[in-house]
Amino acid sequence: MTRMISYEKKDTPIHKLSGFTKLVFFLLWCMTSALTFDTRILLLMLVMGAIIYKVSGTKWKQVSGVFKAVMVFMTINLVCIFFFAPYEGCRIYGSRTDIAHLFGNYNFTKEQLFYEFNVLVKYFTVIPSVFIFLTTTDPSELASSLNGVGVPYSIAYSLEIALRYIPDIQDEFHRIKNAQEARGIEMSAKGRLLSRIKNTAAIIFPLLFSSMERIDVVSNAMELRGFGKKKSRTWYSRRKLTKGDFLVLTFIVLFFAGAMIFTYHDGSRFFNPFI
Amino acid sequence: MKLKFGIKEVVALGIGTALFVVLTTVQIPFFVVPNTALQPRMAVLAFIAAVFGPIVGGVAGLLGHSLGDAFFYGSVWWSWVFPEAVVGVAIGIFAKKFAVTEGGFVGKNIVLFNIVQVIANAVAWIIVAPVLDILVYAEPANKVFAQGAFAFIGNIVVIGILGSILLVAYSKLSGKSSDLKVEE
Repeated sequence: MTRMISYEKKDTPIHKLSGFTKLVFFLLWCMTSALTFDTRILLLMLVMGAIIYKVSGTKWKQVSGVFKAVMVFMTINLVCIFFFAPYEGCRIYGSRTDIAHLFGNYNFTKEQLFYEFNVLVKYFTVIPSVFIFLTTTDPSELASSLNGVGVPYSIAYSLEIALRYIPDIQDEFHRIKNAQEARGIEMSAKGRLLSRIKNTAAIIFPLLFSSMERIDVVSNAMELRGFGKKKSRTWYSRRKLTKGDFLVLTFIVLFFAGAMIFTYHDGSRFFNPFI
Repeated sequence: MKLKFGIKEVVALGIGTALFVVLTTVQIPFFVVPNTALQPRMAVLAFIAAVFGPIVGGVAGLLGHSLGDAFFYGSVWWSWVFPEAVVGVAIGIFAKKFAVTEGGFVGKNIVLFNIVQVIANAVAWIIVAPVLDILVYAEPANKVFAQGAFAFIGNIVVIGILGSILLVAYSKLSGKSSDLKVEE
């Protein structure tokens, strides 16, 4: 499967930042985007996201497959919002300006268009942050830097194991799938619902059971090497937080606070151009 | 209740999450409403939670859903990440009762497992997910409750059929792993 985003080593200012910094940035960025509906802030984030994307040196071909998947999902979602609630925008902005009549009770309104535009921009503010976080963060370094800021190392290690084993399990998934298809088990969209569940089970059974074995093997190996005996451990990929990290952290905290104050100062999270 | 977090739990959390992420792409669409295809990964989450307890179940749901979303869809729909943890924790709380690894997942426990999973899914997808959707993303109420209802039905079907079968099979396998008998 190539349609997955993965880390790539490069020499850019963003790759040099600690994984912890990038995680905090990513989470606060997502929170800002989720909580605000102020179009001005969303547009500002859109521009900032584009700049950071440029700086991160992420190649289009690294993310294009996933990008297309998001676009499909987003389009379906926007259409669904319209069909389920064609006047959601009117309810939010408290006015109604018809553009065109479609059919039955469905009218195009400026308010609805603007509301769905906001939903669209929200998507586009989050997408680059996810791409950049995944393509510039080294999983091992992320785990070690999380431990460095006080996360128990057993938790940090779980995260590292998860990221480390995703490719392995993915390979195994494809091997099993190919083997089952060779035996004549249909995996495509054909077939009825119940038979498709049954066929999916034919992959999940061996995959899950071999994963349970893997859990045994790995945890035995770790136990033999004394994992968890001491209160702390050292990391090969540990990096100290630098001046750049503190600058970025300060910036994102201030940006988050500023965006929240700016959004909610008039008591509503929506920017209303219809007044 | 199993609140231990030893080496085995560390590894199970890691590999369970990885498994959940990989299975993100395996979906059986059964209705056109977005985000509501049948998700076999839910059966795996229920399995992991029922075997390793609430911490592993909850965190694997949280991490697995956000990582899976990020890797394959490039955006994280946070209001649907947290319900996943609700399901994992709720099933995990009963892990000791299910006694899967001891070979005790039969009869009454299968019924209990399914009662727990239906309630957990109802809370997660009919209450938590749509309410967060409305609060956080200001999505229209009727749309998110429709999505929630479909996710609920899809997940109880997947966990009820696939999850139960997986647990019964694993319980049978691991329960008879020892040929030792108590000496008289």
